[in-house]
Amino acid sequence: MPKMTMVQALNLALRQEMEKDDSVIVLGEDVGVDGGVFRVTDGLIDVFGERRVVDTPLAESAIAGMSIGMAVYGLKPVCEMQFDGFSYYTMHQVEAHASRLRWRSQGRYHVPMVLRAPFGGGVRALEHHSESREVFWAHIPGLKMVIPSGPRNARALLVSAIRDPDPVIFYEPKAVYRAFREEVPEEEETFPIGKSQRVREGRDLTLIAYGAMMRPTLEAAEALKQKHGVEADVIDLLTISPLDDSLLVESARRTGRVAVVHEAPRSFGPGAEVVARLVEKAFFHLEAPVARVTGYDVVIPLFNRENHYLPGVPRIIDAARKLLAA
Amino acid sequence: MPRNPIDLPDRIDYLSILNEKGELDTSLEPAIDSDTLLKLHRTMLLARRFDERLLSLQRQGRIGTFPPISGQEAAHLGAVAGLRASDWVVPAFREMAADIWRGRPLESIIVYNNGFNEGSRIPADRNDMPISVPVGSQILHAVGIAWAMRYRGKDDVAVTFFGDGATSQGDFHEGLNFAGVFQLPVVFVCQNNQWAISIPRTKQTRSKTLAQKASAYGIPGIQVDGNDILAVYAAAREAVDRARAGGGATLVECVTYRLAVHTTADDPKRYRSDAEVEAWRRKDPIPRFQGYLTAKGLLSEEAVKAEEAAVAEEIQAAVERAEEEMKKLGDPLLMFEHAYAEMPDYLKEQRADFIRLMAEARKEGKHA
Repeated sequence: MPKMTMVQALNLALRQEMEKDDSVIVLGEDVGVDGGVFRVTDGLIDVFGERRVVDTPLAESAIAGMSIGMAVYGLKPVCEMQFDGFSYYTMHQVEAHASRLRWRSQGRYHVPMVLRAPFGGGVRALEHHSESREVFWAHIPGLKMVIPSGPRNARALLVSAIRDPDPVIFYEPKAVYRAFREEVPEEEETFPIGKSQRVREGRDLTLIAYGAMMRPTLEAAEALKQKHGVEADVIDLLTISPLDDSLLVESARRTGRVAVVHEAPRSFGPGAEVVARLVEKAFFHLEAPVARVTGYDVVIPLFNRENHYLPGVPRIIDAARKLLAA
Repeated sequence: MPRNPIDLPDRIDYLSILNEKGELDTSLEPAIDSDTLLKLHRTMLLARRFDERLLSLQRQGRIGTFPPISGQEAAHLGAVAGLRASDWVVPAFREMAADIWRGRPLESIIVYNNGFNEGSRIPADRNDMPISVPVGSQILHAVGIAWAMRYRGKDDVAVTFFGDGATSQGDFHEGLNFAGVFQLPVVFVCQNNQWAISIPRTKQTRSKTLAQKASAYGIPGIQVDGNDILAVYAAAREAVDRARAGGGATLVECVTYRLAVHTTADDPKRYRSDAEVEAWRRKDPIPRFQGYLTAKGLLSEEAVKAEEAAVAEEIQAAVERAEEEMKKLGDPLLMFEHAYAEMPDYLKEQRADFIRLMAEARKEGKHA
């Protein structure tokens, strides 16, 4: 199997789905000639032409709104937001229409679009290029919100997202884009949307994370084992909404000690929903209050201080040790 | 039933006063006093050399990603040179020469581009807004500021900047429409630098000009040679004076060119030819303006050399001041500032927890 970065793996997913199905259309700002500012769509215009790889004028709301129309007509648009910080222009179209057309038309229409956006901190970028606002989307009924954590699951989940009959917001952790390579099978592979995954087995505590936070979380799990002899069960959410709580609940019931890690701000963040599910379904098995290791409730600082904002290994270990001491 | 053409009041002019060959149309030459002309020249030169210095700082890893301005100095400065201090400027993110003219200290630009929020602090004696990154979004703020100015009975004016790409955004159209409906004292200055990252102006809109978009909203529009500082000044001044006198808003399209990258993360070789860039280099606004000032007897070769030296010194001093200032910004607790007027209790708890983690990390020689 070839080893790929997440950027290459996403490119592979787009290329193969476009080859297989001529209803798949890529559109967005600079996705064609430039190949996308992160090069996720690199070379697609050479293979599929301007008819299917569409460089649009600069208007995020129009990109989303037009994607809705294309999708209702039976195409499968994959639109790109250059950065998630510019995707709020699409909120009206996505909330008012993409998420509701199945319901509003009582099943006659549906919106099989994918809205891709790089998100998250850690690449020394400008303002609006580093935040994590996944809950904005996760809170909207009718939408799916997917966040891969590595090349292989990114490719497999993007394929699933393109084929999904419902609108999918696909957030790509840009800190992971070129951070490491992973074996990605050339042949088709899909991962189910709405399923979390156990990525490390343990019995002492549960660490729940997703996206770029998987790496510090796994590093913390390894350090906990090496330095403290503690075995952490680590779960990668992969889909934020609809949230699959079966694995979380099973693990929490077993370990009784749980921390959830995300770079989004703490209050009303994805961790709040995880805590609520565990309180509802594993309350009598919990040995300690569920910990949240998250970004602070401030605007993510410009890049010179962003590493202080982003949860790192020491903060995860600190939370884990408190859980174990409880 | 008739089918007759409708008599529309608007027409779109193209204004050029000092063309790329250095020829001057004296009938259109604006009356600008010598001190202002020389100050404009100095600021142009300062902005260009500072832009070059920022690029070298970025390549050395001493600052982060930033959007260079080279080539657009005339289109920045001509638009703001006729303003009063009490007027407001509402920028996008590539108007550094205008910022400098309005009094932004050079060191704040370095501090900002090196990833410190403190660099975008607006001093109390300036009204201008900090930069706005989401394309086109700031246009509406200028409209709101203009509305508030009129509400308070002031005869000030709001000037907002944006690029050719922004004219595709809804916020641009909504801003022009509101300004037209409410007859507001706002001047919309489009920096048509031909490229929105990789998308050429011709793929941004099928319209022949961007200026003509004003017509749809019942306000005047004019297209100017954006590399001709006299033309930009004259068009902007006319628009500002009209707005100040209660005549409402104007759209000024400055036809210019982004000579450098979109940002330092961009590679223009992927989408445009060197020949195109070279052709625009020959339209550089700085030598053109220098020729004009020399012909007027305001500038000489020696004077330019002296200005270059003075500008280099000013930039070096700013780099040193920025480095001093940044030494004082090492405290990460500053990230908790300015989120709210009063810090909520839960945020105080998060801050306290951060302090504890920092102390523990210091013991282990890591950061939290």
